[in-house]
Amino acid sequence: MSRGTLLALQILVAVVCIAFWHIFATYTIGGVKLLPPFFFSTPFEVASRIVRWFVEGTIWKHLWITLVEAMLAFVVGSLAGVLIGFWFARKPMINAVFDPYVKMLNALPRVVLAPIFALWFGLGIASKVALGVTLVFFIVFFNVYQGVKEVSPTVLANARMLGMSERQLMRHVYWPSALSWMFSSLHTSVGFAVVGAVVGEYLGSAAGLGYIIQQAEGVFDVAGVFAGMFVLAVFVILIDMIVTVIEKRLLVWRPVASMDAR
Amino acid sequence: MAAGSSAPAVSTAAPAVSLNDVQVSFRLADDTTYTAVQRATLDVADGEFVAIVGPTGCGKSTLLNVAAGLIAPSNGTATIFGAPLAGLNRQAGYLFQADALFPWKTAAENVAIGLEIAGTPKAQARERATTWLGRVGIGGFGNRYPHMLSGGQRKRVGLVQVLIRDPKILLMDEPFGPLDAQTRQIMGNLLLDLWSADRKAVLFVTHDLEEAIALSDRVVIMSAGPAARIIGNWTVPLARPRDIGEVKLERAFHELHREIWEALKDEVMKGYQQTGGG
Repeated sequence: MSRGTLLALQILVAVVCIAFWHIFATYTIGGVKLLPPFFFSTPFEVASRIVRWFVEGTIWKHLWITLVEAMLAFVVGSLAGVLIGFWFARKPMINAVFDPYVKMLNALPRVVLAPIFALWFGLGIASKVALGVTLVFFIVFFNVYQGVKEVSPTVLANARMLGMSERQLMRHVYWPSALSWMFSSLHTSVGFAVVGAVVGEYLGSAAGLGYIIQQAEGVFDVAGVFAGMFVLAVFVILIDMIVTVIEKRLLVWRPVASMDAR
Repeated sequence: MAAGSSAPAVSTAAPAVSLNDVQVSFRLADDTTYTAVQRATLDVADGEFVAIVGPTGCGKSTLLNVAAGLIAPSNGTATIFGAPLAGLNRQAGYLFQADALFPWKTAAENVAIGLEIAGTPKAQARERATTWLGRVGIGGFGNRYPHMLSGGQRKRVGLVQVLIRDPKILLMDEPFGPLDAQTRQIMGNLLLDLWSADRKAVLFVTHDLEEAIALSDRVVIMSAGPAARIIGNWTVPLARPRDIGEVKLERAFHELHREIWEALKDEVMKGYQQTGGG
């Protein structure tokens, strides 16, 4: 399938869905409106709301806030995940001691942390970043840990026979392997950074996409909720496209097959 | 049983590799001990090309790893140029059977790394790496990552990755095993070409008797494992320089092959029975 056909088919899916939405929300079929506009709004209303946001320019501030929160959460969570994952993988003692606690913390639904973070860090950016960090950290942590552990024994033996010291092994073998695992989880971790930011906003904030959606819900403004969701969806897709470009750059050395299987 | 005599008697210097009464045992998960190699004694003189041949699972790779210092023998000693081996064998280069290149480095980076970690400036190391890649016929592939190279090309990179460090001893563990027959022959000739330039001591492990005879000065046969022993030792009377394809047509080659095979085939059958034909 060519790229053009693929794109056409993808757009067709959206057109069909929106057409059905429009029909069921506008026309009464057999005495019932399947999608009453009060609960489902209509495509035109949602679209005009989105246009208004962008024309008036009110949306930019919220997008920017969410972007900043997500990026900060990603950077802080990744840094912590890389360092601690690397440390745990190289020091089996540390890992053995902390293993149950890591698993306990990871099993915790992060949503329950949001109110606590709001309490600790206030209603501003910091509490959302903290929530995102708890999500991103574990993804990066487990991937880096795996990356260090799964270095091929042959590659390791080869590095030793070539005369590498412990420090050189770190730099030339463990580190690239750990980073490659981290990069291959970029999509997931960036996605979770956005989730953390939006959920945090939703549960208590004064700005951001989550805030918009929450505000609209509060006044039964369904068009606003849907508009917020669409903007969020497009926002995530754009970020994902950027991540794909970055990933292709960073992982040139990888066989293509494993890159598609992400 | 052993027909030829070992060790070229002229050399008075200490052998490059000397394994003396080496035994290697592993403790298994159920607390029993598995003896892979038993009482192996083997000398490789400086400049000598020795091939170890044995049935599958006979512990020939284990013996090689002892010479490399990757495995410490449970009993017996390994000495390198007369000095007892402790830790890794710093005089040796090791060519592995499986892919051992760094997948995140290009071919040229893979070759240069051995020099770089030893302190050679980067630019200089890269330049020499490119020269070496050219020497094995893949000068134009320096910027490719290993996964973009064919199996034979990867072996060439692996070979020069080892050779660029100029080790005094070359340890090779079925290096051409995964390659197709034509490529193996080409790689064998390439190896002999490079080796004849400065005649390092080579310990070459293979399960392929023809390859062993064609390449080496001396063929050592191991029995089937467990507790594999060295059961034979033949000097190869073929003149050098050799072409692997042509040398296999010579009468001396066939006679030696028949002679060694007589000793080897029982062990091969034993090996198959023990490993379930694996």
